[in-house]
Amino acid sequence: MSKIHVTTNVNGDSVEFLCEPDEVLLDVLRDRLNLTGAKEGCGTGDCGACSVTIDGRLVASCLVLGAEAEGRVIETVEGIGSAKDLHPLQRHLLEHAALQCGVCTPGIIVAAKALLAENPDPTEEEARYWLAGNLCRCTGYDKIIRAVLSAATEMRGENA
Amino acid sequence: MKQEFKVLGTRPIRPDGLDKVTGKAMFGADKSVTGMLHARILRSPHAHAEIVSIDTSKAEALAGVKAVITGDDFADVENRWSRYTMQNCMAQGRALYDGHAVAAVAAVSKTIAAEALKLIEVEYKVLSHVMDVDEAMAPGAPVLHEGVKARKLGDDVSGNTVGYYSFGHGDPEKGFAAADEVIERTFKTAAVHQGYIEPHACLADLGSDGKGELWCSTQGHYMVREVCAEILHIDASQLRVTASEIGGGFGGKTTVFIEPVALKLSQKAGKPVKLVMSREDVFRASGPTMSASMDVKIGMSKDGKITGAHAKLRYQGGAFPYQMVMMGAMSAFAAYDLEHVQAEGWDVMTNRPKMISYRAPGAPMAVYAVESVMDELCQKLELDPIDTRLLNAAKEGTKSSYGPTFKAIGLVEALEAAKAHPHYSAPLAPNTGRGVSCGFWFNFGGQVSVSMAINADGTVNLIEGNPDIGGSRASISMMAAEALGIEFDRVRTIVGDTASVGFSDVTDGSRVTFAVGIATINAAKAAIKEMCQRAAKIWEIDAEAVEWVDGAAQPTGHNAGNFPPMSLAEIAATSGKTGGPIAGHHEGAPDKAGVSFGVHLVDVEVDPETGFTAIKRYTAFQDVGKAIHPAYVEGQIQGGAVQGIGWALNEEYIYGEDGRLQNAGFLDYRIPVASDLPMIEPVIIEVPNPGHPFGVRGCGETAIVPPLAAVANGVAQAIGVRMFALPMSPPKILKAL
Repeated sequence: MSKIHVTTNVNGDSVEFLCEPDEVLLDVLRDRLNLTGAKEGCGTGDCGACSVTIDGRLVASCLVLGAEAEGRVIETVEGIGSAKDLHPLQRHLLEHAALQCGVCTPGIIVAAKALLAENPDPTEEEARYWLAGNLCRCTGYDKIIRAVLSAATEMRGENA
Repeated sequence: MKQEFKVLGTRPIRPDGLDKVTGKAMFGADKSVTGMLHARILRSPHAHAEIVSIDTSKAEALAGVKAVITGDDFADVENRWSRYTMQNCMAQGRALYDGHAVAAVAAVSKTIAAEALKLIEVEYKVLSHVMDVDEAMAPGAPVLHEGVKARKLGDDVSGNTVGYYSFGHGDPEKGFAAADEVIERTFKTAAVHQGYIEPHACLADLGSDGKGELWCSTQGHYMVREVCAEILHIDASQLRVTASEIGGGFGGKTTVFIEPVALKLSQKAGKPVKLVMSREDVFRASGPTMSASMDVKIGMSKDGKITGAHAKLRYQGGAFPYQMVMMGAMSAFAAYDLEHVQAEGWDVMTNRPKMISYRAPGAPMAVYAVESVMDELCQKLELDPIDTRLLNAAKEGTKSSYGPTFKAIGLVEALEAAKAHPHYSAPLAPNTGRGVSCGFWFNFGGQVSVSMAINADGTVNLIEGNPDIGGSRASISMMAAEALGIEFDRVRTIVGDTASVGFSDVTDGSRVTFAVGIATINAAKAAIKEMCQRAAKIWEIDAEAVEWVDGAAQPTGHNAGNFPPMSLAEIAATSGKTGGPIAGHHEGAPDKAGVSFGVHLVDVEVDPETGFTAIKRYTAFQDVGKAIHPAYVEGQIQGGAVQGIGWALNEEYIYGEDGRLQNAGFLDYRIPVASDLPMIEPVIIEVPNPGHPFGVRGCGETAIVPPLAAVANGVAQAIGVRMFALPMSPPKILKAL
């Protein structure tokens, strides 16, 4: 099988790569583009650790083919905030001690950002249902949910 | 006397946090090197089978395949526990469970490695298997390994019974005779998996000269080094192991599953080899915890005093000998001050994956059985569950059910806090029940090494040897700052590789904040002593006339002279001229970890239509001794509670009649998700551990112990029927209704 040539946009930059026809986007990001922020926790779309957005839509990158990235806009955790200028979600997760091992954290950040894009003022229940696809085994979710809700408050320009 | 602290008890941002929220942190599968190969493992589809032959020739002939190995590639090792570990990593002669590794391939790509696995021809002769602990223990059961039966046992149990333990004092029969009410029940709990989100992963590079580099996700890279060196027959000094960031472990990464395989493939291929487990492999072949079958009998007087208690615990730990029921037998009745008590335990082998620790290993199921019977007694005798526990609670001076006499402990404080909490008196809605349970864990000390350097700019580097699994670099930096009298952000703690700092035991037993903390404090003391000597030299006075106060040397006593305090930064700045670099280190094996008790309160609502149990409110009280970084202590309590909720309600290994695992994935093995839960309120109790300078006990494990019975007791109240097996999944509750 010959490789497929793909032109896409990742985190704001134009990117080209060659991938196998059956190669998933997660492997392309990690193995070909050296973006290892998205993690493979299951490979079956059950854990959310590989969450990225395609044209703003939240997906499990382990269930998307690399070839499907053609002409799309991909965002991974590496494209959200920077060490110098953290996204409010990243800052609130840190301030709330909402990570322990941190392996689910990139997926949580990508998923929560997608939530707030759609619903800037989620209730606790809405946040819990949206993030039900992102497994975290360390925290019991309490501090994650608090961090997401307080980041949302800040992003709406309200006082916490 | 309550100590005053400047840094301890604050909530600074963790030093590894930025990397973890930006995706930069390097976990096990995130490292790659030029020219590396990708490995895959072939696993047995049978629960028990003789491996008649393995033909790897077609796989070896496939273009891109660089090495194929089987059990024959591993030479014997002398230590039998290491041999079991090796044979668990790669079967020799027999496959002992569904998922047992039988061969492995390294190839230039993942795809080719996967293709090559299909070309390996294995001829199996299927043998009879046994999965259930009671069946495995019965005479006549298929025996996993001959000659390993516990010596003191008779013919009434099978050769799978590899351990027997008994703890207690007094005479339980005498206690039952004195009781007004005696209840005896039998319980079963399913095997559950630690469920860390990061699968096991490593990158191995072992040369023909025996020099090796290994990068892996582990709770203990020194353990990895020693086990791998033994299995590969190389020198420990030549194998440098670096612990990656670890994506959860909970005990499941306190052994090796893939590292010896990757090293052997690398040795054979002469190239670096990356090996990452799939989630299915993690479920089928990395250690879940034990399943259990238990009988608990407790006698109680009308006023709630326990007169006698007896537990029989039968745990299965999979396909190899193991020793873990002991922890259950020791924990079962630890919460109570008892005159007549005995807890017995049997370790049993089955055709399941080799067990490995899961957070407070052995304790949750034993305590579940005991606390369920306690609840039933309270119901029957119409007693308040917290008052009854208070009446029987272990305290300082109590001779514990497992032997030692307790020093200062915080169970009474935790029970009183629970009783006074608004949760305990809040009204209950229909179909809702409120459960209470105590829980206990020992906490450990163990071997530890720390190296501290005082830099010329007044900052401090600290190297320790325990992988940071939940924020320990933060708590260790805080303790270093507190001990030195400087700001938290002046200290940077890193986890060194096995060649950079002395041996440290595995990150387990809630030991890191306790043991690394003590080593850090002692390393700081050594550095402080040196800094006092430097100041004395500058001031031209005796070193004995200098003391360390608030991060600075100052003269002490009448004749020391009148010098202004000299700060750590000032002493460090001139260290090059006063005798060279200033450092401190400590190696030791502190053993005075303090036991920790917890009390959990939960409100559950059971839907009578579906059998679904919803957690409506949860409050967890725990004595942690001293919370160094309270936010991460809360996180431990919350996370432990939620793992326990999963164990109580949903999680279980489901096997078919054929001995094959039927739910090897997160879709069918359901760990709690965000929408399953309410907020988990943690209440930190601080009764200082007299065995630690700052009072630290350890806090990681206790919280998984109470939820099983707390949830079960709540369900029993909500539906008016008591369940005697976990998990209480919806179909099982519907059946009980």
